[in-house]
Amino acid sequence: MEQTNSSFKQEKTQTKDWAYTLHHATRATHEDWLGRSISYTCIGIIILVVASMLWFITSKGIATFTQNHVNVWQFLSGTNWAPDQGKIGALPMIVGSFAVTFAAALVATPFAIGTAIFMTEIAPKRGRKFLQPVIELLVGIPSVVYGFIGLAVVVPFMRHLVGGSGFGIISATFVLFVMVLPTITTMTVDSLRAVPRFYKEASLALGATRWQTVSRVILRAATPGILTAIIFGMARAFGEALAVQMVIGNAAIMPKNLVSPAATLTSQLTTGIGDTIDGTLPNNALWSLALILLLMSLFFNALVRVIAKRGQLSHER
Amino acid sequence: MNAKRKDLLATIIIDVIVATVVGILAFLLAYILISGLPHVSWLFLTGSADSFSGAGGIGIQLFNSFYLLILTMLISIPISLGAGIYLAEYAKDNWRTRLIRSAIEVLSSLPSVVVGLFGFLLFVVKFKIGFSVISGAIALTFFNLPLLTRNIEESLSAVSRSQREAGLSLGLSKWKTEIGIILPVALPGIVTGIVLSAGRVFGEAAVLIYTAGQSAPVTNFSDWNPMDAASPLNPFRPAETLAVHIWKVNTEGLATNAAQLSAAASAVLIIAVLLFNLFARVLGNYLYRRVTASK
Repeated sequence: MEQTNSSFKQEKTQTKDWAYTLHHATRATHEDWLGRSISYTCIGIIILVVASMLWFITSKGIATFTQNHVNVWQFLSGTNWAPDQGKIGALPMIVGSFAVTFAAALVATPFAIGTAIFMTEIAPKRGRKFLQPVIELLVGIPSVVYGFIGLAVVVPFMRHLVGGSGFGIISATFVLFVMVLPTITTMTVDSLRAVPRFYKEASLALGATRWQTVSRVILRAATPGILTAIIFGMARAFGEALAVQMVIGNAAIMPKNLVSPAATLTSQLTTGIGDTIDGTLPNNALWSLALILLLMSLFFNALVRVIAKRGQLSHER
Repeated sequence: MNAKRKDLLATIIIDVIVATVVGILAFLLAYILISGLPHVSWLFLTGSADSFSGAGGIGIQLFNSFYLLILTMLISIPISLGAGIYLAEYAKDNWRTRLIRSAIEVLSSLPSVVVGLFGFLLFVVKFKIGFSVISGAIALTFFNLPLLTRNIEESLSAVSRSQREAGLSLGLSKWKTEIGIILPVALPGIVTGIVLSAGRVFGEAAVLIYTAGQSAPVTNFSDWNPMDAASPLNPFRPAETLAVHIWKVNTEGLATNAAQLSAAASAVLIIAVLLFNLFARVLGNYLYRRVTASK
């Protein structure tokens, strides 16, 4: 009798423990709750930063059109930039930005692809040991240093070669070429390494030479990746501010040739934003240039996504 | 031309290309070090700049660069650590996570001048803090966050699943598993990423010209109270960094010895960045050996 009583008691306390465990959180649950809230807060901060960045720059950028009632088309196609006189045609800067971007990408791409082929196909060992640090160093050099070297070496050289001031699109192209080269090279190397080994082996087994294999099999299989690399390089060139601003000459006029002073969106922004008063037309017009930069950056981003998707599809097929 | 000839020709062309690339880097480094290093002296590194002639030392700028770097890292490491843990551990594969990832990608691809202008708009125009250390540090954080977050997430995700399962099967919470087991294993990669990003932050100028400002008021280096106006630690004073200094000296054209000055400053900047790279490698390898207990 006594025994049953005690076992009954024991059972009762056990039920109580279960009830306790079920209704009260353990220490691990508390920890998880804490960890979850910490990490959610951190990601929340980043999202907040991105959202407010997009919101602020967009709302400042469209003020030219909503408050100053400038026609969007006139802004984009006008060639006369004199904000003090109320004339804000942004085409010279837009043309300047696109010119240096495309020119830099055009020059850098063959160099980048050549270097990447060397690093992956011709001398993988030396590539990893010797060229990898070279590329990393090129990435690490700050953009003002590139600008300074452009100013001290490239500009005088161009002045010597073609006369004039030496400032201009071609000098900016030179500087940007060196700056986007490591970006395009690194990403091209990655995409060449991602090509399945048996593609190469199959081609070589058929008696193809190394160059035939590289040009007709490996490069073709890696095309989406290489395109992505070029777009990343172009995005970097398009957004680079100080190095370009130091060598392009900063004249907001339609560039007539490659060796006369010109301006880009970024160079105009860096030179101008400190000298204008908040809320006035000259200031708003500069923010509209910033908005174009932002939209182009989003566009490059979207382009990369589209290519990535296409690339996936062609591999699956 | 037959296939073999073409192959040879292509190989030669590629060799020439590679030689050119290596030559460019060699030229860049040699140019900066040869034209800059002779002007680097102890006086140059510690002296103060004459704001009119532009001559003189870079002491304040160098201090500002390090001060901003430390503040930026103090703010951005915890945030990106939390965000990296979220992405590696808590995020489910759904539209919300994809949206967050694209937001981070957008932030990382924004031109740094746009990030700087946003900082200018927020801190200088809206909050009226003015050109200051703190505005610069927060703007640099915005610039640094996406890359650091991605680096931390990648390092955390690279740790094998079995480590996670082991932690969870011992009854540890997800958080404890992440902090106590996964993080130490991922540490070498994370530390390398942090030091490399420090090099990037150290050389960045476009973010700073309209947030930390382009002037370096003379500070009293014997006063270390952050609340005093003349103290070098005062977070509300304008702080021109070394990178901004190089840009300013070259664009304003006031200094008669601009080329000499910026060559020397560039040499200092490059050496600092090289040291960061070297340090990242050494520290990463050391930590890797410590954590994995391999010889």
